[in-house]
Amino acid sequence: MKKDIIQKEGLGTVETKYATFAEPPHEMVLESGAKLGPITLAYETYGELNKDKSNVVLIVHALSGDAHAAGWHDGDKHPGWWDNMIGPGKAFDTEKYFIICSNVIGGCKGSTGPASINPKTGKPYGLSFPLITIRDMVQAQKLLLDQMGIKKILAVAGGSMGGQQVLKWAIDYPEMVRSAIPIATTTRHTAQQIALNEVGRQAIMADPDWQGGDYYGKTIPARGLALARMIGHITYMSDKSMAEKFGRKLISKEKGGFDFSQDFEVENYLKYRGDSFVQRFDANSYLYITKALDYFDLAEDGKLTDALRKAKAKFLIIAFTSDWLYPTYQSKEIVKALKANDIDVSFCEVSSDYGHDAFLVEVEGQSRLIKHFLARVQKEIKA
Amino acid sequence: MDNSQKITNRVDHAVILGLIESQSKVLDLGCGDGELLHLLSRQKSVRGTGIEIDENAIYKCIEKGLSVAHGDIDSGLMDYSDKRFDYVILNESLQQVLHPEKVILESLRVGKKVIVGIPNFCQIGARFQLFFQGRVPVTKELPYQWYDTPNLRFLSIKDFANFCKVKNITIEKEVGIDDRGVVGILPNLFANLGIFLLSRN
Repeated sequence: MKKDIIQKEGLGTVETKYATFAEPPHEMVLESGAKLGPITLAYETYGELNKDKSNVVLIVHALSGDAHAAGWHDGDKHPGWWDNMIGPGKAFDTEKYFIICSNVIGGCKGSTGPASINPKTGKPYGLSFPLITIRDMVQAQKLLLDQMGIKKILAVAGGSMGGQQVLKWAIDYPEMVRSAIPIATTTRHTAQQIALNEVGRQAIMADPDWQGGDYYGKTIPARGLALARMIGHITYMSDKSMAEKFGRKLISKEKGGFDFSQDFEVENYLKYRGDSFVQRFDANSYLYITKALDYFDLAEDGKLTDALRKAKAKFLIIAFTSDWLYPTYQSKEIVKALKANDIDVSFCEVSSDYGHDAFLVEVEGQSRLIKHFLARVQKEIKA
Repeated sequence: MDNSQKITNRVDHAVILGLIESQSKVLDLGCGDGELLHLLSRQKSVRGTGIEIDENAIYKCIEKGLSVAHGDIDSGLMDYSDKRFDYVILNESLQQVLHPEKVILESLRVGKKVIVGIPNFCQIGARFQLFFQGRVPVTKELPYQWYDTPNLRFLSIKDFANFCKVKNITIEKEVGIDDRGVVGILPNLFANLGIFLLSRN
């Protein structure tokens, strides 16, 4: 019943499409120097492309996201991961904009990644898949847009790792990007952020079923991947949101069992999250993508102002007060560097208790900002 | 001036509008919900941006199609390079900053000209309250009680002019206003608000 109502108001049924490019001998050269091709990217589109192709909004996703940002797939229990933000009348209004959401390379949701078949061997790449970076993800998306005949993007938007892709888009393809909306993100992973990712990777690699990444067709490293996801989930919430959601509530027990079975609701929740993640995500992809996050540093010489000088987009930067994974000071550094370059930037630190997850949850504040920012950018282009 | 008053009900905004050249670059420090910036961009086609501390005001600015950065004035100014703006506006915000001297000097660094609007603490009504009632003044321009005021500084038009003299800041124009318009006679006694156009070589 509820689903029917939402479907009526939203985008209804959508489907994932696939594009393949960089066929040998024209492979894509990765940041590492390695070559990769052919490359398939999964993507979805919502809304209509206008005549002069000036209404394109590119949505880029976070670590465990995919191309399915909005609407429903047949048999879905939930809509796409940003359905509350994308649709008719929503922040990314599909009546006005042509929205493209692209999966990343290295992923496992229909795009070329370690679980894909290596055409040279006829077997899954596994660890023979080359290391990829945020730059490579963005370069692949650029090739996708080339193939679609799109030359300008009205806006590129995304949260978390999506925000890193947004920043990279703005400086790697400045002529193409009219506006950029990096949300809850950073220009570089700090020691703390790398450390948290490394613990997740170690959890996967310590699982005997991981087998050096060669587990396809065999038992998957479910325990390791679930543990990595549990660690991740802790960093996506805040002390306050966990206190409110779980507190010290016990699982249908009067008191603790005085053993190591699960006592607390938070334990149960993390286990559920870990176990359900294993059903939908590839452990090797988790390794590759977290490594891409860790390698990310927009200003390798430490001079962020110089790095952002190339950008020509107008920026809207959004951060959330309780986000401790990508704390707001990291967004403020971007604002500072943009101001120093005389680049048009708006910034809002949205007060939220939801921690890093706020970019998926705080619909009202984000919608107010994004809707009007996009309207302004579109108006200024016409003028 | 008369033309301006038709497009805004606020005398201070009308005065500031009259001080600003068309097409100029403007930074509004403590821009609130963006009313002034919006007016300036419509009437003078300025390229404007604001800094504002209140989250709700940020949404209102963005809704008006303005560019605005969430943050405090004290730290938000340092990011800009020298003489980046034609005008920096500090309208009724200077009395709320922690380091007003630094903010003025920084504003003069990043802006070719600075427009400052200050509530006049020595307006006659305030003086009456102080003298006859023995109470710290609560007026229309300074409507707060001592325990809930966001204002950190209390100064008069004369005080500010004196500050400029001491700091070698040129006052290019000085206007005292009240609710009805410009106060021509004894502004330090009769004006609610003093608006200064400043520059510094």
